Amino acid sequence: MWRSFGKKLLGLLVFVLFLSFISFCLLKLVPGDPVRSMLRVDDVAVSREDIADLRNELGLDRPLLVQYGAWLGKLLRLDFGVSYMTYRPVLGEFAEKLPFTLLLTGGSLLVMLVISVPLGALSAVYRNRWVDRFSRVFSLIGSSLPSFWLGLLLIQLLSVKLHLLPPMGGGSLAHLVLPSLTLGVAMSAIYVRLIRSSLLESGGQDFVASAKARGLHPARVFWFHTFRHSLVPLVTLLSESLGSLLGGTLVVEILFAYPGLGKWIVDAIVARDYPVIQGYILFISLCIVVLNLLVELSYRWIHPQLGWKGR
Amino acid sequence: MRTAALPNLKKRMYPRMHQWIWMTTLPLLLLAAIVLAPLLTPQDPYLITVGDRLLAPSEAHLLGTDHLGRDLLSRIIAGIRTTVGTSLLILACSLLIGVTTGLLSGFIGGLWDRLFQRIIDAFMTLPDYIFAVILSGLLGPGLSNLLFAVIAVKWVGYARLARSVALQEKEQDYTALAVLAGVPKFRIVLRHILPHCLGNVLVLAALDLGKIILMIASLSYIGLGPQPPAAEWGSMLNEGQVYFTAAPHLMLAPGAALMLTVLAANLFGDKLRDRFDVKTREEA
Repeated sequence: MWRSFGKKLLGLLVFVLFLSFISFCLLKLVPGDPVRSMLRVDDVAVSREDIADLRNELGLDRPLLVQYGAWLGKLLRLDFGVSYMTYRPVLGEFAEKLPFTLLLTGGSLLVMLVISVPLGALSAVYRNRWVDRFSRVFSLIGSSLPSFWLGLLLIQLLSVKLHLLPPMGGGSLAHLVLPSLTLGVAMSAIYVRLIRSSLLESGGQDFVASAKARGLHPARVFWFHTFRHSLVPLVTLLSESLGSLLGGTLVVEILFAYPGLGKWIVDAIVARDYPVIQGYILFISLCIVVLNLLVELSYRWIHPQLGWKGR
Repeated sequence: MRTAALPNLKKRMYPRMHQWIWMTTLPLLLLAAIVLAPLLTPQDPYLITVGDRLLAPSEAHLLGTDHLGRDLLSRIIAGIRTTVGTSLLILACSLLIGVTTGLLSGFIGGLWDRLFQRIIDAFMTLPDYIFAVILSGLLGPGLSNLLFAVIAVKWVGYARLARSVALQEKEQDYTALAVLAGVPKFRIVLRHILPHCLGNVLVLAALDLGKIILMIASLSYIGLGPQPPAAEWGSMLNEGQVYFTAAPHLMLAPGAALMLTVLAANLFGDKLRDRFDVKTREEA
């Protein structure tokens, strides 16, 4: 099992490198010049020599392949280069911003689970009753709601009107509540329906009937047999939506001026900060690839029938 | 051979008359709104009247005015063209590119298909929203760049679907017969394989419309969309949020317009899925 795992990991690493090459070329192809935006201070005219000097210093005048080779060579020593904007190492900046985004992701997952597991379970148990109808309307509206609008409304209600929570910034637990709520509510719209339908489906399976026939407590049957079995589609959807969750954090971070990865990358794009953009693309694609691998592993835990090959 | 294949195709793949009516209601309504938008605006959406800035809703301005004294209702109606019109255009282009490349790649197979598969994988690795932000950010803000960036993200889904259908149908006897009969490849794809993926692709497209509208609006909201003075719902929210306390109506109306449109698109997509998705229909 570990052997096939390692093989897969290696293949994925090669793939990520390939992706980084493509993005490197794309970065150089699109219009825009980091040197100009670095040198532009209050519209003072910049001399041609200054531009040429800086281009030379940053190595931007060399051929594309040489530049990529240099980047790759540094990468092997875990050197992601230096940000053009702040003159600080990209890796350090990344390590500084990552916890914020991870906290936000965790917080919104928590909100999502807290809303959608009980609501989904209730609407499966009381099928076609008012709980079910409420959850249907909730998920319909939730999936049509622009998350940034929900965030704006939440700021208006909870921080401007009621003064309960800080509207902007990051750093404390209170700063985390509004962004997580914004993302979590939007996400739970899909999960409520998924959990409901998957619970209904696994509730009709033979092993549930047999567990009931053995006289197990209904609650035990529900949580340990029906619910556990319906975790598989849940984990699949979770893994698929982790990417879109990362994308979602981007808007929400800008909306709440939250100092995470999303705000960092948008600032970098505007300034054409190539090392940061390149590093970010590499990090994100690595994250997604590794997460997908982990999800595959977690299936084996949830779904014992699949088994651990070679154990 | 053609006569033998046709009844089957007609029965399963081509929607019947009342289904066509169902399928085209919302797109037609939206198209009508897009075409008629300039005629429907009660006032000039771009007319700046600084004296009337941040007015609350009244009889003269049903939804109030924005920070430059422009009539909000007119701007929202004008925004149908930018937001919804752009989304429909994106959807059409992604459909065209995705379905064509996907079908051809799946049908031709071999090295091309493997290469194509790699490209699709590469596109799928980065989450679509992040990809769209990076692309449109690098290309620079503006409506046409936004259009390009979202198409670049969205065509992949259709290509994947079309490719899988092509791979499936390629193995069928009727395709082999068509090849034996010497029908040109392009014609086989067009007449025999395309109809098989049309239903699924259209359902996917209908379900996607709401997502595309939301994506455009949120990209514009973070400042990557059409530049002022263009009326776009997402950028209107961005402009309005500064005046939070003084003029809350600036935030409510564009958001509500956005939500209602996406809601309509989602309801429409759900209906279509129930009507056309074979699997769901059997379950019902």
